[in-house]
Amino acid sequence: MSHDHGHGDKPFLAHHFEDEDHQFDSGKLGIWVFLVTEILFFSGLFCAYAIYRSMHPEVFVFASKALDTKWGAINTCVLLFSSLTAAWAVRNAQLGQKNRLVMNLALTIACAFGFMGIKYVEYTHKFHVGLKPGDLYAPVEGAYPEKGHGHARAVTVALDHSADPEAHDVAHEAGAGEHPVQEAHAAAPEHAADGEHGHTMVPWDDPRVPTEIKNRLKIFFGIYFCMTGLHGIHVLLGIVVFFWLLGRAIRGHFTPTYYGPVDFSALYWHLVDLIWIYLFPLLYLIH
Amino acid sequence: MAQIDIPLSGRRAQDVPVQHLDTNYLNVSKGLLSWFLTLDHKRIGVMYLLGITGAFALGGLAALGFRLELFRPGMQYMTHEQYNQFFTVHGAVMVFLFIIPGIPAALGNMVLPLMLGAKDVAFPRLNLGSFYLWMIGAFFFLWTLIGGGLDTGWTFYTPYSSTLSSTAVIQATAGAFVLGFSSIFTGLNFIVTIHKMRPPGMTWHKLPLFLWGMYATAVIQVLATPVLGITLLMLIMERALGIGIFDPANGGDPVLFQHFFWFYSHPAVYIMILPAMAIVSELIATFSRKHIFGYKMIAYSSVSIALLSFLVWGHHMFVSGQSALSGVIFSAITFTIAIPSAIKVFNWLATIYRGSVSLETPMLYALEFIWLFTIGGLTGLFLSVMSTDVVLHDTYFVVAHFHYVMVGGTLFAFLGGLHYWWPKMIGRMYDEGLSRLASITAFIGFNLAFFPQFIMGSKGMPRRYADYKPDFTLYHQLSTIGTLVLGAGILMIVYTLVKSIFSGKKAPANPWGGATMEWECPSPPPHFNFEHPPHASDPYDMERVKWDEQVGGWVPVPGYQSRVHH
Repeated sequence: MSHDHGHGDKPFLAHHFEDEDHQFDSGKLGIWVFLVTEILFFSGLFCAYAIYRSMHPEVFVFASKALDTKWGAINTCVLLFSSLTAAWAVRNAQLGQKNRLVMNLALTIACAFGFMGIKYVEYTHKFHVGLKPGDLYAPVEGAYPEKGHGHARAVTVALDHSADPEAHDVAHEAGAGEHPVQEAHAAAPEHAADGEHGHTMVPWDDPRVPTEIKNRLKIFFGIYFCMTGLHGIHVLLGIVVFFWLLGRAIRGHFTPTYYGPVDFSALYWHLVDLIWIYLFPLLYLIH
Repeated sequence: MAQIDIPLSGRRAQDVPVQHLDTNYLNVSKGLLSWFLTLDHKRIGVMYLLGITGAFALGGLAALGFRLELFRPGMQYMTHEQYNQFFTVHGAVMVFLFIIPGIPAALGNMVLPLMLGAKDVAFPRLNLGSFYLWMIGAFFFLWTLIGGGLDTGWTFYTPYSSTLSSTAVIQATAGAFVLGFSSIFTGLNFIVTIHKMRPPGMTWHKLPLFLWGMYATAVIQVLATPVLGITLLMLIMERALGIGIFDPANGGDPVLFQHFFWFYSHPAVYIMILPAMAIVSELIATFSRKHIFGYKMIAYSSVSIALLSFLVWGHHMFVSGQSALSGVIFSAITFTIAIPSAIKVFNWLATIYRGSVSLETPMLYALEFIWLFTIGGLTGLFLSVMSTDVVLHDTYFVVAHFHYVMVGGTLFAFLGGLHYWWPKMIGRMYDEGLSRLASITAFIGFNLAFFPQFIMGSKGMPRRYADYKPDFTLYHQLSTIGTLVLGAGILMIVYTLVKSIFSGKKAPANPWGGATMEWECPSPPPHFNFEHPPHASDPYDMERVKWDEQVGGWVPVPGYQSRVHH
């Protein structure tokens, strides 16, 4: 199939396109359609997050405090900077600045590794203290931060010991969802009542809170690992793509008339960045 | 006829275009690797065709297995668990491995660039990648069969699939996930190809209707399939790690899975039927020898079906505990889909009316399609009315309805398209008499298999039951006999087509008198299809071609000036 590239003087113009513009425009439309697909792919998780959080707001608010906002913020900056270098690389390619192109691609890759490194630190810590997804969830003593997070300790769960229907209303006023109330009612009837209506508001880490209710907190880590994990996989794919670009840039493949792959990969990278911009506040910064 | 072995371009201006080439896409290079590493859309189409035929055989055998079990009440030779596995494998394999990739990936790949006068799709490597994703998905399904089977039904409903079933759910969902991406990349490729690779003169309103249908399909593939992907990933996480999103015991909601699943799977129903309608539009015009009636209405109805398909998923969940208000809204939007569907049927009938109809095999399939699709479509209205759906939900009425649409519609249109483009694809004509007989056999078998299911469903026979009361015996026996007749018809079809490869007479470039571009290149086409893209004009101007006795096919009328069509 030696005729696959039928344009002798333009080594990267595929045989079935008329000219470079035709090829570039097709690629551009293709990557945009792909990004739409990606958004819909993630939309399922965002939708699940919204539904899950509206069902269990108190779980999300409390469990989110176990995430390290400092590392999350640093990672946001790292990704934003990598988006800058990726966009810059596109400009370098358009202007035929080979050395700067190589540098910006390398910087983008370095930032992506930085992001994954920080995620590794965060994940390792979570696994260390047992804040794992789903059935693996087994928090050790002190998995949730004690000091400096006064707000977190204020999030309470209602312990209810009577059949008093008012308990539901009170629990709602206190910001707790319906489910913990009912569960507590069913699961811990023998606890001494010390509230006016036969219920009491206690912090999540109060020893009187039954394990079944405490384990509700694992809901958050299931969705946290799914969302950040899938995002992380996209970052890893981006690293592979940018290494491929780097190799081609070093070999001098990209010219002012042929820079499509750099442009398209940068668009993909911006989307990965954008998704993180939504993940960070939704997971780390909720009150 | 003498072999003509000169470049296509050298004879373009002459009266009789090249009919055959000694070197075509099938024999331009040899060896298995030249197929497995090919970037040629036609070879990829042929490989898909082989693949989906294998999947169809597997799904068909599973159907035959449980239909034989249902021949008598009581259990004959299966356990209840095995019965569950048989109908699940039938559904999952037919949906994910056969119907969804069937027309777009196999026939679409073969024909779409040819209809555009293009050398290939926009992204040939991605196209080959889609095929390999399909293969990987198929291997996952084989792994499922070997590694414990699957008994969840093709819909993978939670909580059964996530916590209760002891079969290989993870392998199957992983397979469906990978197949989803195969479908997405095919759709992406087709969208870009139709946007960017149209030849000079082919405006959107001169686009053949097959391409309008493929375009509408591709939009659904690209927008709906990723949601299935993430849903299946969440199901895998749920089953493997117990993250709880679909599990009430962990604070989740199993109905959420149904919402997610049908948000994809209802549009997916139109991934199955839109390409079928697209084929039928071509067949009806060509074999009525008449300009298609209502071109724009057919084109836009495809697009409106694609858009409406995203707004009706809740009609699968009338009895799943969604609110009455959402039920009413979903029901109302579901009715509106009947409008573009009916527009198509009326336009096809208007095209046939006073056309000079010839009943060659592809046209037979097109007429059978109209008959079957109309029954399937009208019975769909019974199910979109909430009050009747509550009664008919999960009965054989539903089974009969969607088989009339998905098999009677999609399979028959697929076979019609296969017979229509077979001479282009293989370069040989099949035995016309035998293939007509096979088509009619399959049609009779199909109706015998599924019409009784409407009756027993309305009498209350639930779907997915391994056993039944003796009252239903007659209907089940008719249905099983029909299945056997349908199977015999399909074996005849396979025999006729395979025989034509070895002993069929050489096909001319344009055996049917079609006016779209794929008939302008030789049969089978050369590796690059067209040396230069032919100039596009009205794809349904049937006056452009005339029968040529000497060639044994249709040839362009020399110096023909197209009349202006509205």
